[in-house]
Amino acid sequence: MSETEMTAEQAEGTRETILEVRDVTVAFGKNVVLDSLDLDVYRGEILGFVGGSGTGKSVLMRAILRLLRRQSGTIRILGHDYDTANEADRIKLDMRLGVLFQHGALFSALTVRENIQVPMREYLDLPQSLMDELTAVKIEMVGLDPSAGAKYPSELSGGMIKRAALARALALDPDIVFLDEPTSGLDPIGAAEFDELIAQLRDTLGLTVYMVTHDLDSLFSVCDRIAVLGQKKVLVSGTIAEMLEFDDPWVQSYFRGKRARTISGYPDGSGSNAEQYRTE
Amino acid sequence: MLSDAKKKARGDRNAGQGAARLADHEPAALDLEESPQGLVLRLSGDWRHSGVASVQEEMARLAKSADANRITIDLGQASHLDTAGAWLVRRLKLRAEERGGTVTVDGPHTWVELIEALPDVTAASVRKSEPRKPLFNLVFEPLGKSMYELWDDLVAAAFILGSAVRGAQMKLNRGSGVSPASVVAQLDHMGVRAVPIIVLMSFLIGAIIAQQGAFQLRYFGAEVFVVDLVGILQLREIGVLLTAIMIAGRSGSAITAEIGSMKMREEVDALKVMGLNPIGVLVFPRLLALVIALPLLTIIANFAALFGAAVVSLAYSGITFDVFLGRLREAIDLSTIASGMIKAPFMALIIGIMAAVEGLKVGGSAESLGRRVTASVVKSIFVVILVDGLFAMFYAAIDF
Repeated sequence: MSETEMTAEQAEGTRETILEVRDVTVAFGKNVVLDSLDLDVYRGEILGFVGGSGTGKSVLMRAILRLLRRQSGTIRILGHDYDTANEADRIKLDMRLGVLFQHGALFSALTVRENIQVPMREYLDLPQSLMDELTAVKIEMVGLDPSAGAKYPSELSGGMIKRAALARALALDPDIVFLDEPTSGLDPIGAAEFDELIAQLRDTLGLTVYMVTHDLDSLFSVCDRIAVLGQKKVLVSGTIAEMLEFDDPWVQSYFRGKRARTISGYPDGSGSNAEQYRTE
Repeated sequence: MLSDAKKKARGDRNAGQGAARLADHEPAALDLEESPQGLVLRLSGDWRHSGVASVQEEMARLAKSADANRITIDLGQASHLDTAGAWLVRRLKLRAEERGGTVTVDGPHTWVELIEALPDVTAASVRKSEPRKPLFNLVFEPLGKSMYELWDDLVAAAFILGSAVRGAQMKLNRGSGVSPASVVAQLDHMGVRAVPIIVLMSFLIGAIIAQQGAFQLRYFGAEVFVVDLVGILQLREIGVLLTAIMIAGRSGSAITAEIGSMKMREEVDALKVMGLNPIGVLVFPRLLALVIALPLLTIIANFAALFGAAVVSLAYSGITFDVFLGRLREAIDLSTIASGMIKAPFMALIIGIMAAVEGLKVGGSAESLGRRVTASVVKSIFVVILVDGLFAMFYAAIDF
């Protein structure tokens, strides 16, 4: 059944759906956070995911990563449903996902090099020298100094931790990476470099990026598509231009607020209700 | 059982939809062809992290020693390529070019771009290359370090003791900054909640000493002196010692972990910049609570142990409670009780200070927290026993 759905989807969009979320409901007790939510992520795109604080962006990401139980719905990654997959397929799926947690979540007892090698050691049968070389490649790719490999996470700055955590997320060259607020806590220059790095990695490695972010710069500069979470569903997804057209007070004030206007250079949405909402 | 059945059903379902399985690709393979024009490498299969294990040895050998003038690498047959495969190709190309050869890579242009985009690295660049230390340093460096650490510990302990003697944080317009609520909360944690385990432990210890004592004294027909034995031993030494050891394990570790995790999450720094003395706020209430709780727990422990001894004496030697109490009254006096009780506050101070010193030494990693908690318990138990020995010698010298 789902097979036919997939082909219909592909015919419609001519793009491969790498992550398909259907009808997902997550509730904590009586508090429903996500209510039959649908979302598609296509191969090779950078999807920016935005939403007000407390709307469930993190909950959705954790539900997709199976760190949270969902009440109903299906989630298919690379066309496979994790719930019905067998043990071997689950491991293969895990190998094709990379996650950059908000605070890095590097293992504090291991050096950066050992952190990056954790998934390699676990899943691959490669000699130490080759793993060291691949680790060095990853460290350079994310823009860290080679000497950072021998350091412990507690010796790194915030920006370096993000980069090291990205290197670990990319350790096995996953098909899709989940980034949870990758540029939060970085200075504007560092954040812009990070955005550029992600776009560059997408181009060279063919990555698909699912990025939860509040950084308007990132949304305007690197995201191909943006999805807005609100009222327990994906309110709208599309390009920046589509966001600016969309008639919802929150979306309007988010993308047409003073901060957004100075970044985007889009004309002031006079007559829109952005002003009214911002001053409230 | 249920989950087994479920698993089986799931397995069956999977078998049905075999087509939807994650396909296993052919592992990477390498085809070498030497011709007058040079060496031609034809790559096929899955050149990703999961597939390159089969060819990495061959590629490493080629990178080290391929000395043909012209090397052509043909990616046409490969089904997948990621950084791992790209790096193997890139390394071969870099090393062969260093030897003066020319290397051309044919294949889809995205792959060629990826290969070209990779940096030139060596395995050594991610490892810290420290020069080997001479034997002298290997032997004496740790010794010197531990001596310095010991000195630092002493200074830190003196600092904490001094801060505690000065009292808690002085507050503006208020004489004493002791917050009664937090002391009471700590008393509840460290004192009241420890009562059951202390009572149980002491009851058993008293019973065991009485039983063994009775068996040995029976040879001399002096079974009734077991009361003297248990009474003096428990009140002077065992009661306070075992209670202190139990509290060191129970509350000392908790203090270290609490203060340590607050240190890790910069909460201690937050207190400092608010102008609060972390030792006054965090350590002082715990120290005060320990100094109050440990003597009280020792009293409870003594009662429990004597009760245990009385029960066992009745059971094994037929010494009734009346006889037991009468004998006890003759055997012990106030100095026996006092000599034990005097030690309790000192033990409490040692446990609290050791725990605080270790807690404030916690660094950034989860591992260091674990190491510090262990060190806190081990050190405080050791020092408690040491101090008990010193007291015993002191009492003997002054004939107390």
